[in-house]
Amino acid sequence: MMSNKWIITLYLLPAFLLIAVLIFIPLILSGYYGLMNWDGIGIMQFIGFENYIQALQDMKFWSSALHSFLLAAFSTLSLIVYLAVALILASKIKGTNLLRKIYLIPMLLSSVAIAQLWIKVYNPTNGMLNSILMAIGIENPPEWLADPSIVLFAIFIPIIWQYAGFYILIYYAALKNIPDTVIEAAKIDGATPLQIALKIKLPLIMNVFKVTIVLAVVGSLKYFDLIYVMTGGGPNGASEVMASYMYKLAFSSNDFGYGSAIGFLLLIITLIVTVIIRKVTATKEEIEY
Amino acid sequence: MKAKKAIALLFGAVVAVLLLAGCSGSNDEKTSSSGSDSGDTKTVKFMHLWPEGSSKLHHQIVSDIISDFEEENQDIKIEPEVLSNEQYKDKLKVLSASNELPDVGMTWAAGFLEPYVNGNKFAALDDVIEKDLFVSGTVESYAIDNKTYGLPLELNIATVFYNKEIFNENGLEVPETYEEMQNVIQTLSDNGVAPIALGNKDRWTGSLWYMYFADRIGGSDVLTNAINRTGSFEDPSLVKAAEEVQGLVDMNAFVKGFNGLSDQEAKSMFMNKQAAMYLIATWDLPNYTTNEDVPQEFRDSVGYFNFPTVEGKGDMNSFVGGPGVGLFVSEDSEVKEEAKAFAAYFAKQWGEKSVTEAGVIPATKVDAGALDLPELYVDVLSDLNSASNITLFADVQLSPDVAQVHLNAIQALFGGEVTPEGFAKEHEDALTKEE
Repeated sequence: MMSNKWIITLYLLPAFLLIAVLIFIPLILSGYYGLMNWDGIGIMQFIGFENYIQALQDMKFWSSALHSFLLAAFSTLSLIVYLAVALILASKIKGTNLLRKIYLIPMLLSSVAIAQLWIKVYNPTNGMLNSILMAIGIENPPEWLADPSIVLFAIFIPIIWQYAGFYILIYYAALKNIPDTVIEAAKIDGATPLQIALKIKLPLIMNVFKVTIVLAVVGSLKYFDLIYVMTGGGPNGASEVMASYMYKLAFSSNDFGYGSAIGFLLLIITLIVTVIIRKVTATKEEIEY
Repeated sequence: MKAKKAIALLFGAVVAVLLLAGCSGSNDEKTSSSGSDSGDTKTVKFMHLWPEGSSKLHHQIVSDIISDFEEENQDIKIEPEVLSNEQYKDKLKVLSASNELPDVGMTWAAGFLEPYVNGNKFAALDDVIEKDLFVSGTVESYAIDNKTYGLPLELNIATVFYNKEIFNENGLEVPETYEEMQNVIQTLSDNGVAPIALGNKDRWTGSLWYMYFADRIGGSDVLTNAINRTGSFEDPSLVKAAEEVQGLVDMNAFVKGFNGLSDQEAKSMFMNKQAAMYLIATWDLPNYTTNEDVPQEFRDSVGYFNFPTVEGKGDMNSFVGGPGVGLFVSEDSEVKEEAKAFAAYFAKQWGEKSVTEAGVIPATKVDAGALDLPELYVDVLSDLNSASNITLFADVQLSPDVAQVHLNAIQALFGGEVTPEGFAKEHEDALTKEE
């Protein structure tokens, strides 16, 4: 059976090569570029860990990291809302199919389209939101994307809206996977719908819930697109996140060395957070129906 | 079992063949592309940033110039590649890092140019530049250490465009001093009209205001000196300029939420008559003259005035502006002579065609009298001829790194997050660090 190993290797080779070339080698390279003083054009100059040390002392990096973690916390909390919606959808109410499709629409739009849409909603003079606020008598509605104290939360809302369909779909599928017999048994025992939701359905899809926590947190930490299009990280860094800060350093400030270092730190932070979440939520129980 | 093994082996072989084919395919490509250079005709690769979709007129002129050039030089073939602005900037960086720059391409002046010149990527073009052809000051902004690395194509100056209709309705006159301008702003804002459209999400838009105050209060070279380190951003007149900016913000001169609006959004407010004034460079002229997509009635109602004097100081013929894109020739090009010839030809032809056909102002001298142009153009061109000075956009003058500091500081200054003194200090710190 020796030849089998060769064949297995041969089969895995194309996928392995692709992953190596597209993911692992760039990862290692960006860590390596982080050791350089490099404007992306001229000669690279080795400067050791200077970029990484500078990043650790860079207030702008830490404030962007704080914004990323705020986003992560916000998206994790919103998972509860998604779950509630999915629970309602999965119970047999009228119009489930239509509602499910409506919730999915934002997921079908590209991020840039969503950003343009919400820029229009938030426009301080002509936007839908402020027009409504002014119509109900608020004279000075907030300047959503220009006010440093609220801009971050103004962007969080479309992000949460954007991903609602995705998570609701995951939860919905998981809930549908629960055998009817379990639910029926609970009903016969006299459980109320709320009890069924909290004590039967929820524990049964706990594993899925944990996976979505990791997805939401990791997705938030490396989040880039809506923020880049809607504010470009502004005003004056008030909505900067780690990924947009990295992009700005590399492509606008022409500091590829420092940008790469930030990118590598972003990777490490995301890895650490993922490991922590997995540790905290680890369970050995396996569900068998 | 044996059959299974055979099938497995067969599949394995197919995979191996596909892999090899993939590798050798790219080899073939390489040999064929280098082969075309060695033949009778030489191929010059040319990258520009005017796609047919978004800049139709520009694109047409480029195509015309290329075919004219190929007509005159049968042995040279031009191979164009088109990208939109932001993509172009990113791709240029990536290409230069892998030493694959096109033979001829587009660059911006001063700060943008510097890393490429320091990295030995662009060729000096002094042997093909006819300096008399260009408006003075344009060629110079592509020069580093007395060598010129770009052939300028565009030239823009910033002026205040205003809506004559709104001015008439409110009984206002074009201001010639800053005090008059403050009156205009006050009147407009008392009458419930947003005085000035500004999209400061893009940040360079706010920088224009600061630069004009600096120019009028401190003279035409105070900002340039601060940037080239013979002066300082802590110069009292530059601090005063920053104070004036905040003064304008405090009197609600700008549209609501300007720090979150893009320039595009601000422009559409001006064009929808929601704001009376708009400070922008002359690349916007087609919108107010020839662009058929804009209602005639609006185009007729737009006028412009030069930034007024401040407290009796300043020269109204001094402008903020500068060349837009220019052409570079790659230092590592295998067809450098041909590339240079094409670039020089292009710059000259562009100068002749761009005003009449695309409605932009070229960096070459234009004989306005000989052409049939809309009135607004004639005025701008005559202003350009009498310009005493053109200060290059600050974010172009500064190196990319410090330009980012400047632009962020501008947003903070307009947003009232930093004092004028703090604003000056941020610049000083960044420039000192760079030395």
